[in-house]
Amino acid sequence: MKFIKHQDADESLDLVCRMCPMHLLEPGDKLKCMRKGQVLEVLTDYDGALEDIPDWCQKCGHEFIGMEEDDENYKFYIKKKRD
Amino acid sequence: MKAVYLDHASATPVRKEVLEAMLPYFSEQFANPSNVYDLGSKVKEALEEARANVAGLIGANPAQIIFTSSGAEANNLAVKGVAFARQKKGKHIIVSAIEHHSVLNSARFLERLDFEATFLPVDQNGLVDPERLAKAIRPETILVSVMHANTEIGTIEPISELASICKEKDVAFHTDAVASVGNTPLDVNALNVDLLSLSGPSVGAPKGVGALYFNKKVRLMPLIHGGIQENGRRAGTENVPGIIGFGTAAALAKKELPDKIDHVRRLRDRLVKGILKNVGKVTYTGHPEKRLPGHASFCFEAIEGEALIFMLAQNGIYSNTGSACASKALKTSPVLVAIGLRADLAQGSTVFTIDAGNTEEEIDYVLEKLPPVVDRLRWLSPIWGKEIPEFETDACKH
Repeated sequence: MKFIKHQDADESLDLVCRMCPMHLLEPGDKLKCMRKGQVLEVLTDYDGALEDIPDWCQKCGHEFIGMEEDDENYKFYIKKKRD
Repeated sequence: MKAVYLDHASATPVRKEVLEAMLPYFSEQFANPSNVYDLGSKVKEALEEARANVAGLIGANPAQIIFTSSGAEANNLAVKGVAFARQKKGKHIIVSAIEHHSVLNSARFLERLDFEATFLPVDQNGLVDPERLAKAIRPETILVSVMHANTEIGTIEPISELASICKEKDVAFHTDAVASVGNTPLDVNALNVDLLSLSGPSVGAPKGVGALYFNKKVRLMPLIHGGIQENGRRAGTENVPGIIGFGTAAALAKKELPDKIDHVRRLRDRLVKGILKNVGKVTYTGHPEKRLPGHASFCFEAIEGEALIFMLAQNGIYSNTGSACASKALKTSPVLVAIGLRADLAQGSTVFTIDAGNTEEEIDYVLEKLPPVVDRLRWLSPIWGKEIPEFETDACKH
């Protein structure tokens, strides 16, 4: 896992309290409305996201920038690479 | 014998237009809306149209509506869902003392899980005092729930004022609008609320469908985990016919509300004036002005409300005691105790809830039949005309 700090994002999605597969469906929908090169932040407390989100980015052709963890949630950062 | 139905807070008939809109979704439009093929996506489109109609009734965005099985489930989801989601911030919630059981018992349930609940008192008209609420909020308070209007006494609470106090202190605010929807205008932005519960039957939709409005800034822990329905916030294949019915009824309610309010208020005022004039020793409960337009609630001295309900029903008049505690458990209503009514007087609670289909002739029929029924029950009453000493109430604590 790639850990990062202080990453800026163009859009943010709060998926805290929601489980599989919403941590993959909602970023997919959100990225459709964003431009190539923009960064999406995904907040979640779902442990399955640790494995799923980097894999999902690879399958969908987006760049997984990395993640940050605070006391409560995970923050994942995804750069849109394709329409 | 004619039938005069004045218990619309308990149940409403499903409207003809609503039933017609629903029928195809029991048969030819049977597909699961989560399916990706065309049969499913057509149902999904209809479901989203219904969501837009329900949102439109309360000035919300369709994405802020979660369909539930009832108003009670919406209340449970609001209270427990916010409490579970925000418990790292604090474990204190505040609810008014006159909430519906689905809010009161959710708060009691949270107490068992080491949350702390404050049950906020109300004044003699059933109003929550904003200053009192402000004082009750602590740093660890995460949620306040105060109903928009009370089913038993009709009082409409100062919701926007209460919600603003909560917003200043970063406390989520929920209101149960089950009694209000379709009876008085509701706008979630003007009310400034984070969560608002609705019930389909309140607007002429079938039983078994409700909704929760939520502000997307408020996190909600789902109560039913599973699939992707309702965007992962409430799993389970949707009650499609019920939701279509709710959407149709909501669209009709929005269109018809101004005329309905004028009509039911006129009938309600006629009923209240007639009862207060023709029946002695009766208390009109709830706020005299800040109340639902079609709602009239009384306590008749020296009479059991339950007995009055039965005898009125024998005359074809259908009303309610307003409280499950009173009618099923033979206890005193916690709402009537909270507004400070004497326990003996609270036993005589009777609630009439008027809808658009009621007529002046029906109200006059009630005014003709009610006084002799009250006289008869008082003649039978062992306490009529006697001094009643103050006695310990057996009010329902739940």
